[in-house]
Amino acid sequence: MTQPIIEVRNLHKWYSGVHAVKGVTLDVRPGEALGLVGDNGAGKSTLINILSGLHRPDEGEILVEGKPVNIRTPKDAMALGIETIYQYNSMVPIMSIARNLFIGREPLKFSIGGLGWLDLKKMREASVQAIADVDLHLRSPDALVGELSGGQRQGVAIARAMHFKSKVMILDEPTNHLSVKETAKVIGFVRGLKEQGVTAIFISHNMHHVFACCDRVVAMALGKIVLDKRVSETSIDEVHEVL
Amino acid sequence: MRRVLKLALQKPELAATLLLVIIIIVFQVRSNGVFLTYDNIRGIMGFLPEMALVAVGVTLLMIAGEFDLSVGSVFALSPMTMAVLMMNGWAFWPAFAIGLAVCVVVGLVNGWVTISFDIPSFITTLGMMFMARSLTVVVSGGFPPRLDFEQIPEHLFVAYVGPGEMFRASFIWFVCISVIIGLLLSRTNFGNWVRATGGFLPAASAMGIPTQRVKLACFVICSVLAGLAGIIQVLRLGSPLPSLGMGYELQAVSAAVIGGTSLSGGIGSIIGGIIGATLIRVIDNGMVMSQINGTWFQFAVGALTIFAVVGNAWLRKRGRAMKVETDKK
Repeated sequence: MTQPIIEVRNLHKWYSGVHAVKGVTLDVRPGEALGLVGDNGAGKSTLINILSGLHRPDEGEILVEGKPVNIRTPKDAMALGIETIYQYNSMVPIMSIARNLFIGREPLKFSIGGLGWLDLKKMREASVQAIADVDLHLRSPDALVGELSGGQRQGVAIARAMHFKSKVMILDEPTNHLSVKETAKVIGFVRGLKEQGVTAIFISHNMHHVFACCDRVVAMALGKIVLDKRVSETSIDEVHEVL
Repeated sequence: MRRVLKLALQKPELAATLLLVIIIIVFQVRSNGVFLTYDNIRGIMGFLPEMALVAVGVTLLMIAGEFDLSVGSVFALSPMTMAVLMMNGWAFWPAFAIGLAVCVVVGLVNGWVTISFDIPSFITTLGMMFMARSLTVVVSGGFPPRLDFEQIPEHLFVAYVGPGEMFRASFIWFVCISVIIGLLLSRTNFGNWVRATGGFLPAASAMGIPTQRVKLACFVICSVLAGLAGIIQVLRLGSPLPSLGMGYELQAVSAAVIGGTSLSGGIGSIIGGIIGATLIRVIDNGMVMSQINGTWFQFAVGALTIFAVVGNAWLRKRGRAMKVETDKK
């Protein structure tokens, strides 16, 4: 067995009295596409928020590539190569594509104490390249993200994660509110990640989307993992059954 | 071409720029050519920096998604502190530094309370507006001190300088500071963070931007600019009154909004805020020059604020509706 890229050991999280995650243990293997399913309130998002640094666990341990880690902020998660694409969209609609791609990680010409002069030329060029790399064709990096369709936005978010060479990409309900055609495109993106050697954690409550692009399906209910099987060994009905 | 026009229509300061040009033309005609004379322009520009510096700070803060209603009071508190210290034998520069340090403290308190208790900055700074105004009166002891002009480096602040003595020194301060803040917003990573923080906070914090520190910095910058503007006005007038800057907080918001800054944050530009402030000053002056009853000034500013925002929304909508394909063919 290869070393898991992410290991979660006995993770607990309480939210103002609610036990949202109850002792979750999960291994994520490098290069696999893992589908995380479950009803609203099953604890999927909590688990993901912990992995991406938005929340901290109350109990339990996380190991990345075998080493115990302490993910305190989104920056920590990104530094470990874990990039999250959120369901509400991790883009600022009123800003351009080029600026969105580099939010928080802007290329600088020079800087003092972390603040510095933007390398706008590099931002535009790199964003054109990054977008082309995920097979998305946009005319200008100066267009506002707010003018893009939902699918295009998810494409830009994925391009951003690819550009920063993330090892694990967490996609939190990326197909919500998308048209059928755009959903197909996003599922295509997820399939493409495998070829690039990127591990994907795909969260959705739409079983068909999960079965269309994942190798393995993990189902959560009431804060616990209730099913963990390879897609080839299970069926949509079986997953529905346990939920 | 369409693409350029589309981008231009979506520029937030477009409506204000057009209005400014139109109003200048109207005043020029109505005042029988007096409005655009050397002396009058010199008068407007000598007075402009005081309002415009406040507007620049408020615009920056509004782009970060927060308000500051305490700027008018800080505008009085800062120079009052400085003047009282000078009355007590302090030299100008140390007193000046303390005057600005007071603004830093006010900005930090505004930001800290707003962020750590998670309450609207509208409330925090409304409270601070009253508190800082009251402190101004307390510090003055009820008797406005007179500044000793011997001690003030007037040539650095209010004296007329430059070719033809066109500008006051304060105008140079104002231009330099505006350029710095403008570049800070548009050309640095900090500016990117400010816009992201105001534009869509959840995305900004999820991308690891230190949104709280960004807001705190904007609160402090806003407060310091208001204090500096107040000091400049007092150096021009010679004595600080406790009532200085009353109403400036809302004029500054008007200026920012006229210049295209959105109340909900993210959208706006420094140049827009400056154009807004200029518009207000031009109307103030132009009404006098065109012999319109000056009591209509506030009415005009109010109407202009509404008109500019409506105009802006309309232009932006037209811009957005212009069909430009985002996909490459």
